[in-house]
Amino acid sequence: MLTKRIIPCLDIKNGRTVKGVNFVNLRDAGDPVELAKQYAEKGADELVFLDISATQEKRRTMHDMVLKVAAQVNIPFTVGGGISTIADVDDLLHCGADKVSINSSAVKRPELVNELSNKFGSQCVVVAIDAKQVNGQWKVHLAGGSIPTKLDLFDWAKEVETRGAGEILFTSMNNDGTKNGFANEALATLSKTVNIPIIASGGAGTIQHFTDTFKLGKADAALAASVFHFGEIEIKDLKEELKQEGISVRL
Amino acid sequence: MDKENLNTDANSSPLGKLEGANIVIINYGAGNIKSIQFAFKRLGFEALLTNNPDEIKAADKVIFPGVGEASSAMQKLKESGLDYLIPQLKQPVLGICLGMQLMCKSTEEGNTNGLGIFDVAVKRFSNTVKVPQMGWNTINNLESDLFKDIKDNEFMYLVHSFYAEQCKDAIATTTYDVEYASALKKDNFYGVQFHPEKSGEEGEKILKNFLELNTNN
Repeated sequence: MLTKRIIPCLDIKNGRTVKGVNFVNLRDAGDPVELAKQYAEKGADELVFLDISATQEKRRTMHDMVLKVAAQVNIPFTVGGGISTIADVDDLLHCGADKVSINSSAVKRPELVNELSNKFGSQCVVVAIDAKQVNGQWKVHLAGGSIPTKLDLFDWAKEVETRGAGEILFTSMNNDGTKNGFANEALATLSKTVNIPIIASGGAGTIQHFTDTFKLGKADAALAASVFHFGEIEIKDLKEELKQEGISVRL
Repeated sequence: MDKENLNTDANSSPLGKLEGANIVIINYGAGNIKSIQFAFKRLGFEALLTNNPDEIKAADKVIFPGVGEASSAMQKLKESGLDYLIPQLKQPVLGICLGMQLMCKSTEEGNTNGLGIFDVAVKRFSNTVKVPQMGWNTINNLESDLFKDIKDNEFMYLVHSFYAEQCKDAIATTTYDVEYASALKKDNFYGVQFHPEKSGEEGEKILKNFLELNTNN
């Protein structure tokens, strides 16, 4: 049976992990490669690296990081942040990334989704969607939720699926950082709207939140950062609990 | 402990026996093959990326990778004459993901004729499940040295929208939408739908088993 995936997300700036990490046995908490290896050993099913470097020049350091991760880590990983051209994707895949995630660049030029899936295959094209519920309407936002667009979350999800996206990474800006749980109602609607896998993101605080997002939100995977980085939730404990709840996981 | 025993030990070590194994990854421009090369490196082997027929023919072990779309990948094989070369190879050949699908008779993806090594059709998952299947699923009914020391129900990483039907060449099955052949074998040809290079230590074990297969079997 296909299992639900648990995905730690690492924010990367200038080739280093940004948010503090609280692993006792890490020699260098800022080293994404070492952290990625640890997560692979702890039972993470996939990893996401999000590049938040401010300039194109600094992003070059991402290539070195991707090469090192690909060389040393034996589970799949996605790279996102500042990707806007076919050449960007070509470079990252050549360095060994399994998937890339695009966000604002797809909103600005939706044809990019078609171009990438035609050239590299849907399986490596993840479209990340940040959305916020305003007056009952889920609207797509850009730049980490700061710039609203007129796009409706569900219309946009349907459109990127039609254009060839292989997966959707949905972050609820209402839930992100709250540790109050994922946006399960929107997630469940999303799962009914499209027939590609959905990664739930934003709001993870407890193990129960993961159970809920798989059961109520119908998510195929759940992504979180701080609860894992600070050791608040151990992936092994999380998966054992999910299994107890009848959710199929890789243990 | 005498010298002779030491030599025997050295010869029975898998790494000793395989030292200098000549591994080729067929590079025909289909997708991310770096991860496969890296996986062999983690096992201690250098694998050569090439589309040169002489280098491919001379290899001890051949990896036939592929991600992306079937008809365009098949077109690339034809342009380089690899569609003739691959079925004639005598050494162990391992097709991975789309590579495995192209070794089958035909695929519904782009209505493409494959290399016909495995007598089985490749079909698309129905829309009663999410397509592509993306993530970790189990492999069952394991029947080959390729799976030496691998437990039934072991998890492997899969990303695919099309699958090979259950058939006599199946050496592993997986269930998603239907029970399908997630690994195939015929003579010296092997194919796996999952990505051993991305399936943790157990996946790496399968790659190592492939390297240890008898060259003349």
